[in-house]
Amino acid sequence: MPPEVVVQLLPAIAELPFREGYVRSIIYVSLYVSGTAVVLSTLFSIPVAIVMGFTDFRGKQFVKSVINTGMGLPSVVVGLLVLFVVSNQGPLGPLELIFTTEAMIISQFVLATPPITAISLAAITGVSENVRDAARALGGTRLDVALVVIKEARYGIATAILAGFGRAISEVGSVLIVGGNITSASGISKTRTLTTAIQLEARQGQYDTAMILGVVLLVLVLSINAVVVRFGDEGSMNR
Amino acid sequence: MTKQRSQSNEQNTSDSTDATSRRAFLGATAAAGITAIAGCSGLSVSGQSEEEQVGVSGETLTLTTTTSTYDTGLLTEIHTDFEEMYGVVVDAVAQGTGAALESARNGDSDVVMVHARGLEDEFMQNGYGINRRDLMFNDFVIVGPEDDPAGIEGTGSATDALTAIAEAEATFVSRGDNSGTHTKERNLWEAAGTEPGGDWYQETGAAMGEALNVANQQGAYTLSDRGTFISQRSEIDLVILVQGPIEDGPEILSNPYGIMAVNPGVHENANYDLAMAYIGWITSPEAQDAISNYETNGEQLFFPEAVSEDPDFRQYVPEGWSSDSESE
Repeated sequence: MPPEVVVQLLPAIAELPFREGYVRSIIYVSLYVSGTAVVLSTLFSIPVAIVMGFTDFRGKQFVKSVINTGMGLPSVVVGLLVLFVVSNQGPLGPLELIFTTEAMIISQFVLATPPITAISLAAITGVSENVRDAARALGGTRLDVALVVIKEARYGIATAILAGFGRAISEVGSVLIVGGNITSASGISKTRTLTTAIQLEARQGQYDTAMILGVVLLVLVLSINAVVVRFGDEGSMNR
Repeated sequence: MTKQRSQSNEQNTSDSTDATSRRAFLGATAAAGITAIAGCSGLSVSGQSEEEQVGVSGETLTLTTTTSTYDTGLLTEIHTDFEEMYGVVVDAVAQGTGAALESARNGDSDVVMVHARGLEDEFMQNGYGINRRDLMFNDFVIVGPEDDPAGIEGTGSATDALTAIAEAEATFVSRGDNSGTHTKERNLWEAAGTEPGGDWYQETGAAMGEALNVANQQGAYTLSDRGTFISQRSEIDLVILVQGPIEDGPEILSNPYGIMAVNPGVHENANYDLAMAYIGWITSPEAQDAISNYETNGEQLFFPEAVSEDPDFRQYVPEGWSSDSESE
């Protein structure tokens, strides 16, 4: 974003019609929910992608197509399914997760896992055979070969995690259903995220405040992408 | 503007439900009594040890409610008092009447505040709700573009206005979301003897504010609660063409809000004590005052109904209920 645009926005942001701490708290909830979900997704996805990238087994193509289908899961459907699970009537009902950040993390985990797995897998399988051969030729064990491949694929894996994060933080349907878009009476977010706040403002016809929150969300996503891409670029340049 | 009773209830006393066990009922009565006492003392001796008496401090109340109470800012405004008084947190989830009742039916909320007496009664009669109270009211208005292509201004009748809109095939935006307002709108079409349809009748599936925006963009008519319309009036060009009872319009446009606790006999983990503390508080003179003092753009949005010089005991009885109708 060019600096002059930022300068123009500053007074607008300073005069936000929000109570103190409101915007900060919804940013916090957004980052907390999406961040936690993406960390959990990554911990789950990367091992799956590694196993799939280095082994052959029956039904591998089927698993792949399931993951690819998962990339297109509509978030409202995920929200609905998670609602059934965490609702008082559902199997996880006793845990009382409905309208909590935990329920939102569950739904975002479901949404973020397929893209992280699929893109990481593509990155791992995309590493040139020459690299594997070279590693083997130098007397590397299976583990050594794997580590070399992962090192080569790290830019792709970072992209995968970013894609998962992007899917999580920009998503509105499921967090609205299972989170409930709650703030306390004092205006501190409990389960309100940037996206559900934007939805709420738009619903009330407050398009200007919705727009400001939209800009905040965009800036957030852009800066996180910038940080990761820069990190990734440095890695690939030192090759 | 005088307060008018919208319910034309039939006779009788308590609501018998199959879902409520006798034990739960006794427990409920006891808890309600305690809450009432706590509520009274809370009013006379402000802010002193209510928490101990009710034993709800530190807990969280989940309230599912309609978008109109939430989007007007009323709840945010008045909940601070309740939260401070009891040392609790209120999680208000704005869903629309249909969804709010469904969440309560699933036991996902402790108390539910909605505005569709028919649906509320069904909820009570099926045993999911308990201790319903009339809470407050405002009214519906029919709004539309200033040039009024269907010529409804001055008809003074909601049904005549809708008939005129249908005959002129002027664009009408319906919520179409099973909300309290949508329920009212369907009742009005039914009363007008018209089945709306065709290109001019648009269902948005959106909350009131969005529906107003959609209507505004298209120069269309819509049915709105007065509160949401007032809070949004500065941003839209629509005007009120048919008034509700608050401005001497027809009684059919009245919009009463009720509040019910989720029956702990059905959902064990419903926070019944806190729900009753909340109901006791919000129907108290203090909270009712706060409701009537709440203004947006200089106008009062909601009118207290719980505290009245002329108590309406039939508010506790579901509409159309009678002792000899298939005793459940």
